[in-house]
Amino acid sequence: MGRIATIARRTFLIGSAAVLGGVAFGYYMYRRPPENPLEDDLADGTVALTPYVLINANGITLITPRTDLGQGAYSLQAALIAEELDVDIHKVNVDPGPPSPAYYNTALSHEAVPFASTDDGIAARVARGLADATLKFIGLQITGGSTTASDSYEKLRIAGAVARETLKQAAVIHTGNSIPVDRMWTRDGHVMLSQSGGDGIPYESLAEIATTIEPVDQVDLKPKSEWRYLGKAMERIDIVAKSTGRQKYGIDLQIEGMVHATVRSNPRQGGSMRSFDAAKAEGMPDVRKIVPLENAVGVIANNTWAAFRATDAIEFDWGDAPFLHEQEDHWQALADSFTEESLDSRNRDDGNIDDALASGEIVEAEYRAPYLAHAPLEPVSAIVLVEEDRLEIWTGTQIPGFLVVKAAKLAGVSEENVTLHVQMVGGSFGHRLEDDYVMKTVELALAMKGTPVKMTYSREEDMRHDFPRQIAMARGQGAFLDGRINALDLSIAMPAVTISQIGRQGLNLPGPDPVIVAGAWDQPYGIENYRVTGYRADNLAPVSSWRSVGASTNSFFHESFLDELIHAAGADPLEERLRLLSHEPSRKVLEVVGEMADWGSDPGPNKGRGIAYALAFGTPVAEIVEVTKTQEGIRIDKVWVAAEIGTLLDPVNFENQVKGGIVWGLGHAMNCETTFSDGMVQQTNFHAYEAMRIYQCPQIEVRALENGSRVTGIGEPPVAAAAPALANAIFAATGKRIREMPFNKHVSFV
Amino acid sequence: MMLTVNGKDHDIEADPDTPLLWILRDVVEMVGTKYGCGIAQCGACTVHLDGQPIRSCSYRLGDINGEITTIEGLSSDQGLHAVQEAWINEQVTQCGYCQSGQIMSAVALLSAIPQPTDEDIDRAMSGNLCRCGTYPKIRAAIHSAAAKLARS
Ligand code: FES
Ligand code: FES
Repeated sequence: MGRIATIARRTFLIGSAAVLGGVAFGYYMYRRPPENPLEDDLADGTVALTPYVLINANGITLITPRTDLGQGAYSLQAALIAEELDVDIHKVNVDPGPPSPAYYNTALSHEAVPFASTDDGIAARVARGLADATLKFIGLQITGGSTTASDSYEKLRIAGAVARETLKQAAVIHTGNSIPVDRMWTRDGHVMLSQSGGDGIPYESLAEIATTIEPVDQVDLKPKSEWRYLGKAMERIDIVAKSTGRQKYGIDLQIEGMVHATVRSNPRQGGSMRSFDAAKAEGMPDVRKIVPLENAVGVIANNTWAAFRATDAIEFDWGDAPFLHEQEDHWQALADSFTEESLDSRNRDDGNIDDALASGEIVEAEYRAPYLAHAPLEPVSAIVLVEEDRLEIWTGTQIPGFLVVKAAKLAGVSEENVTLHVQMVGGSFGHRLEDDYVMKTVELALAMKGTPVKMTYSREEDMRHDFPRQIAMARGQGAFLDGRINALDLSIAMPAVTISQIGRQGLNLPGPDPVIVAGAWDQPYGIENYRVTGYRADNLAPVSSWRSVGASTNSFFHESFLDELIHAAGADPLEERLRLLSHEPSRKVLEVVGEMADWGSDPGPNKGRGIAYALAFGTPVAEIVEVTKTQEGIRIDKVWVAAEIGTLLDPVNFENQVKGGIVWGLGHAMNCETTFSDGMVQQTNFHAYEAMRIYQCPQIEVRALENGSRVTGIGEPPVAAAAPALANAIFAATGKRIREMPFNKHVSFV
Repeated sequence: MMLTVNGKDHDIEADPDTPLLWILRDVVEMVGTKYGCGIAQCGACTVHLDGQPIRSCSYRLGDINGEITTIEGLSSDQGLHAVQEAWINEQVTQCGYCQSGQIMSAVALLSAIPQPTDEDIDRAMSGNLCRCGTYPKIRAAIHSAAAKLARS
């Protein structure tokens, strides 16, 4: 039952997603297809069969435009193409390709529309289609929102299939039209000419002919039952390099003739530099040059550390922070923004909340979540070479398209003259959705024309200039009747995250900021009287997307407060959630996680279990955390997770991503916060920002469910429910309700 | 001054205050050893000094008196170290940036305690942060490397 995808000739060349999306959603506002970016620069005898497959006499290259941040994106994208193309991912090259509108991210736009991901109604589909068109217009080639799997699932398989079928056509010509195409088949990078097989013709030998023919415009996708790579435990393409120290990350790259450098700018993010005195730094060993930049100073040295040390020796006179200076004022700004004027959105307003809260027993609570740094283990860096009117950049980034535009503008060169080489990244979690470190490097390189400059941030500079996770506050009110929840009113205040973030790319978002209520309003609970309101707080620090974005704060608020209500009502946390949920995949993850943990059984003395559920990025996830109350504090013993992801494409990666998401969610909830004093970040290294270490890591059991119709991502969703499941478990074990992150303000952990 | 890295002597010209980490990365140009924090908090820079694990970001070049082994020196033409094989078989890695340091700490652990318990692992590996959360896989890989080394 292979699925037939019909592809118009021109649109096939630009990547079939445009048409696929169009067919699925009916229409596009913006129809002109982007060019195939690989066609510009093809050597003779090379054929770019789609923007994702490049073949020449020397080999096959799969283009994987979503950046690998450690989430295994290169392997997954390669496997999707390889499955249909019929090649072994370990025998082909994989390259992130150039920044290009052809690689825009369709799935990401689905998170930006005011329809819950469970809503498949016509209005929701049209809105998503419109958002796709807008996104295509601005060419957002972004890695984020756990969209790599959903965005790539059909696009890349079709790309692989088109390439395969076109190569079969080329093989017909190769054999002098002696064998009809329907007798041909493929195996491991070869077109086979007969049932008996023989050696077949390697794809590489067909590249020359393939350049001369029209690509096919109709392909069958393999049914799942015939998959050879997808759905099976795959060895990641980078596993050996990453286990032997041979993997080169952006920070490791060496370019002939390059110099080492670092930059110091105002520790008050976005503040000015009034003056500086580098007299001491100039005479230090291994220092080559001090370079004044816009509101910053760069140091060029013989090694990175000499540059770090020299910046420490420079005396600066910095300007004030362009936002509230003290942490308590940030909290106050949030508390003050629950007003009509600051109301940003009210996407959910079911029943009559005011009436419901006017009678019956009322529960009220206030919740807080701090700013949080991304702090991936690899500090950010970039190498830039400026030559006459050309710019060459080597860096790890999630936003290649934006980066090129901005760098070109800064250097005063045309975008065509900017070459970007996207590098492997040592973790990101949203960090590399920003590009200030690259722009600083461009500035430095402009002062060092002809010499490649490698600029590395110290850990401290990286954390001071992170754009952190939003700070947020929530106020909940709820009521129950006869042991059942019948009203929940949640008000959430935070800075406008999307607007802060895209504002730095010169874009604006009219209307409400979807992040403010993400992970709260869109939860498919059928509570009779149910309202979620978002308030926008101003004058706060600039913020950005942090693994699971809005849900990282809002799931904590929603699921902890719901738990409070359920306990107050005397109901069972699992049963009551099931009673309130009609969304079948969501019920399923709760039921399964309950079975996994044997929910309802006695956990034993001093132990407690907490449950939480979240629907984030279209993926329902349910989690149960078990803790023990010890003399020294709380020990997290065990976590069970069930997630509905539609189709499991890579079981090993699924397990790793879920476990990593749990460690991330629990670790930051336990002991991390980013606070400001005098406008400066106070936690600038891991001694003050530990998260989870191995001795605290619980046993984690995970299960993937495959009942949904869509393929959804797994990098971010497990993060959302981790903090509330832990808070709920601590309540179960100790009777203490924690309403503020980090939890170690209220309990100790062992 | 002379510095022996993975059995090879290097004549280094640099300020003796420079941390070993940056000598390895920027002067010797062996970049398998990673920079994460610079203050002995993350373990990404772990190498061996005469077989003992040290945080190379916090050792001055001038204070090094002994032989350095880095992740690049762990495997030889004969093949990968058993710990590396276990890391590959268990598919420990996510971003991988911490893993050079994790592997160097694990190798040192197994030479001190050939059959470590989970508590031994926690104690020896707690100086190594993994932001991607590969800890469960690290535990499994150390146990499987220990089993393999015991058989050989
Ligand atoms: S870089 Fe040495 S311990 Fe972090
Ligand atoms: S694998 Fe990314 S920090 Fe450990």
